[in-house]
Amino acid sequence: MSALLAMIHRDLLLVMRRKSEVLTALFFFIVVTSLFPLGIGADPALLRKIAPGVIWVAALLSTLLGLHRMFAADDADGTLEQIVLSPQPLVLLITGKIIAHWIVCGLPLVILAPIIGIQFDLDLSSLLVLMATLLLGTPVLSLLGSIGAALTLGVRGGSVLMSLLILPLYIPVLIFGAGAVYASSVGLDSSGYFSLLGALLILALAFVPWVSAAAIKIAIE
Amino acid sequence: MTETNNFSKNRLVNWFKFSSPATFYPVAGKLIPFFWILTALFGAAGLWISFFVAPVDAVQGQAYRIIFIHVPASWMSMFIYLVMAAWAGLGLIFNTRLSAMMAQALAPIGAWMAFLSLWTGAFWGKPMWGAWWVWDARLTSELILLFLYLGFMALQAAIDNPRRADKAGAILALVGVVNVPIIYFSVKWWNTLHQGASVSLTKAPAMAQTMLWGMLLMALCFWMYSIAVGLMRVRTIILEREAHTDWVRQLNEVKN
Repeated sequence: MSALLAMIHRDLLLVMRRKSEVLTALFFFIVVTSLFPLGIGADPALLRKIAPGVIWVAALLSTLLGLHRMFAADDADGTLEQIVLSPQPLVLLITGKIIAHWIVCGLPLVILAPIIGIQFDLDLSSLLVLMATLLLGTPVLSLLGSIGAALTLGVRGGSVLMSLLILPLYIPVLIFGAGAVYASSVGLDSSGYFSLLGALLILALAFVPWVSAAAIKIAIE
Repeated sequence: MTETNNFSKNRLVNWFKFSSPATFYPVAGKLIPFFWILTALFGAAGLWISFFVAPVDAVQGQAYRIIFIHVPASWMSMFIYLVMAAWAGLGLIFNTRLSAMMAQALAPIGAWMAFLSLWTGAFWGKPMWGAWWVWDARLTSELILLFLYLGFMALQAAIDNPRRADKAGAILALVGVVNVPIIYFSVKWWNTLHQGASVSLTKAPAMAQTMLWGMLLMALCFWMYSIAVGLMRVRTIILEREAHTDWVRQLNEVKN
């Protein structure tokens, strides 16, 4: 457990030393969502309708931006090999890296989302639902993304390739996340979506760290 | 321990023998014509039934006949993904080179089937629904399946070291297999919630017996075709990867 915390602490510390990378991803999130009203028009009824989808798609894309950083820098300077060789279970350390990625790339989206939601004229209850879906959904994005990041480690054109591999796997999260917000904005019950998002999170938490650890070992050997 | 050894000796065929590319290569070469003949036979019978025997559909007229290509292609695209993932998993577990080569050989065939299914679906959709594309659950998940195939092929192509490419691809294929049902159901629920069911693909109308026979024969034809092309592709991959070995240099087709 202390190894997990140490890994999270280390990764967060590294991020804090170079804040620009993280801020770029967040800025990207804001810019992309702001482009849609400019492209589609500022009709509030239309904006309310597209808001869940737009915000969720932007969240998927900005999570992708930070993913290549998850293992690439550690791979380049040899830290990753030391992590694999260390006596601590690799799965635990990988989980630590995934959690750190989520804190850096997922959690800020949850906090920023209401501001974007206001731009899209969402009401208060929809904003809360949006935040809650992002809170449940973004960890799944970080988890699934770690598989892509591990598989494309050191591969040429890695980050573009990673988007190609990972985006299809993100589709269920997108559907349930945006669906919950949409259902709540038209006054329907959204609890079913939350159960499904929760189920995805539990499944991903249970299996993905092992898959990513296997993928790291393949990339390293 | 000795019992199992005896057992494996007593079996008629020792399957692991064929996991060596050197033994598999000539066997595959002998099997290919056989599967091509079956493809031609099933194809001829299937096409004859679908064009001359099957009755004209009461609602859809002649245009429904594309079903005889469309449905087998869709079935094969899904089935090949499973087979591909199974080979990839075997390769990961037993560390057999040939399994990974099989997975690599099957991916383009599956992608081609998925593409064919989408394409014929568009041709079918235009006269029936007036649209080339509808965001129906089946269409959408078929499209995502095509993306998964393309991702698998792109990953394998991007990694230079073939052993690593095999293993990375295997992990991706297995993750994909777990995700395919999740994606299918999520798209299905998305579809029912977001749109009124203007088009219902799920309620298959009661089909005439002859139509069903035509479809099954065409499915068998596609199946045999996939095996034949898969074996041909795997033979090429074997030659490519084992080019440095003696047994490849001894082959007649290589020596000449």
